[in-house]
Amino acid sequence: METATKPSLWLRLANPAAFNTLANRLLWPLIIATVAAFAYGLYGAFMTSPADYQQGETVRIMYIHVPAAWLALFVYAGMSVSALGTLVFRHPMADVAQKAAAPLGAGFTLICLITGSFWGKPMWGTWWEWDARLTSVLILFLIYLGIIALWRAIDEPQRGARAVAILTLVGAVNLPIIKFSVDWWYTLHQPASVFRMGGPSIHKSMLTPLFAMGLAYLFLYLVLLILRMKTELMTRRLERLQIVAADKLAKSTGA
Amino acid sequence: MGESKIPFAKVLRLEARGLAVRRGFRLLFDALDVDLASGDILQLTGANGTGKSTLMRLLAGFTQPDAGTIRWLGLSEDDEASTLLHYHGHREGLREALTPAENLAFAAGILGGDAARIPFALERLGAGSLADLPVQVLSAGQRRRVALARLLVAPRPVWLLDEPLAALDVAGQALVGDLLAEHQKSGGMAIVATHQPLGIEVRHLMLGGVAS
Amino acid sequence: MNALFAVIRREITLARRIGAGAELGIVFFLILISVVPFAIGADQKLIGRIAPAILWLAALLATLLGLDRLLQADEEDGIVDHLLLGDTPLMLVLAAKALAHWLVTGLPLSLVAPLLGLMLAIEPGAMLPLTISLLIGTPALTLIGLVGASLTVSLKRGGLLLSVLVLPLSIPTLIFGATVVKEAAAGRAYETPLMLLAGVSLIMLVIAPLAAAGALRFARN
Repeated sequence: METATKPSLWLRLANPAAFNTLANRLLWPLIIATVAAFAYGLYGAFMTSPADYQQGETVRIMYIHVPAAWLALFVYAGMSVSALGTLVFRHPMADVAQKAAAPLGAGFTLICLITGSFWGKPMWGTWWEWDARLTSVLILFLIYLGIIALWRAIDEPQRGARAVAILTLVGAVNLPIIKFSVDWWYTLHQPASVFRMGGPSIHKSMLTPLFAMGLAYLFLYLVLLILRMKTELMTRRLERLQIVAADKLAKSTGA
Repeated sequence: MGESKIPFAKVLRLEARGLAVRRGFRLLFDALDVDLASGDILQLTGANGTGKSTLMRLLAGFTQPDAGTIRWLGLSEDDEASTLLHYHGHREGLREALTPAENLAFAAGILGGDAARIPFALERLGAGSLADLPVQVLSAGQRRRVALARLLVAPRPVWLLDEPLAALDVAGQALVGDLLAEHQKSGGMAIVATHQPLGIEVRHLMLGGVAS
Repeated sequence: MNALFAVIRREITLARRIGAGAELGIVFFLILISVVPFAIGADQKLIGRIAPAILWLAALLATLLGLDRLLQADEEDGIVDHLLLGDTPLMLVLAAKALAHWLVTGLPLSLVAPLLGLMLAIEPGAMLPLTISLLIGTPALTLIGLVGASLTVSLKRGGLLLSVLVLPLSIPTLIFGATVVKEAAAGRAYETPLMLLAGVSLIMLVIAPLAAAGALRFARN
């Protein structure tokens, strides 16, 4: 629409072809970064970092669990920005990004829940504890599932995008309230001595591999996001081509 | 308070430029201009699937065009175009469990009409005796008359009527022509999608008219 | 103002006429509460202890009842089109619809809750807090439901999806509401959860009509 002489990157990305060019340029460096960060992070997590004096070797689950929790929130934040992009700026790539991100966010949340359960088994003696953090993550997971369900229920991409964007933003407003209420609920019922996950006192030798794993997760997310966005663009293009083909056939047969 | 904010005396102009709509990925129409002023009645024709209903909903502001602009000229600063419009679509806007009088009272509340005009409006549409029957017992033609009574309950300068003659008998169709003529005389504007003659002076717009 | 009264009057007339009104909601509430003892046994002490939870869960589910038709019926009849063309901002019209829905579900439910509380052997001291918490908290449930209803307005089988979307967002209301009753039953102060409950309702009052109007308007392409 705007014919500025030198469109900003933001505007240029509205064009799927421009997005594809940028995506292709970024993809391989990101894949290499992902592999490198995982190699460094996992080596640190399982080889060089010490076992916890209380939890022993079990503490190593933290390197898988905590970054997944970070990403679960990070992806949701990203989706909220995309939602604003869809509703306010009508950026055509925003809903593609959002649609691509939702299952990834749900995936990270699920990893966080499952590893949390594995971590909890030796700590609490049960596979599931209604701990404040795990419970909040569980609710986040349910919200992700709702967003995915809404995407799948509305077949028109444009209409679906706006509905999902509104749901995402309503969720974003509610998440702090949910987090607060769950924390509040938990302190009300908290037994005297309960182990709390990922407390603030983490030894330095654990922090480096933890952050490395965080970066590895982030890069992995970006790789998967780009791949899913490219797939979504191709799916939409395919639909368009099928319609054009159907039109041509209709004309040539005079139907 | 209940009355429409813009007197019909005020001259309104609709200026739509370069409208294009894709349905799915198919182009319904492209580079479509519509110009209309107070006192104009535009009859919209075109084969099935050429986008008559889509254009109506576009002009009502329910959907956005993929390209082009729709401007209403002659509005005062704080008026919204949506409050000038009547939209009459395939779905009649009547709830079956309510009576015509109750349905119209609701419409009067929402659209800024006057509930005191309901008996008059129903009478004018030849549906006066139906006022207190539940809508579910009415025939399609009777429902259509009740739905059209909304135009008189809440006077608004712009009527968008999508197939208003469907299900109406000959007398009913003539009645719609009369209503349009009165509306035109009082300075109103209307777009009517129908293939049947309206019996009044109209301008024509045919969608998908050029054979592809 | 005319528009808002028209909305409320119409909803109440409809609820009375097609029997989806207060009575049915209360019957559903009663049934939910009646089936609980069959699941957990006739242990009066245990029932009394979990009564606040049962009552609030039942209120949550009873509020969901009929929410899927709140806007869907209007969409099918073409009435949403008229709402969009109204003189009154859509947000306010939707808030009025939520109020009407609450008047025929949340309000009667809150008023009969103490009676059902008796059946569940709830502490006498918790009766009044129960009603107050429901009066303050059920509007939040209706408002969250309004957002769900507008998101699923054009979907054929939106009812199940609506519950999936709405229930996670109802959790804070459930936590604070049930805690008010639990604390009151235990003879402790319940002002804090009550204030927090009111806070949730107020926040929902601000964002829900806005989001619902957006969903209804945007989702029409």
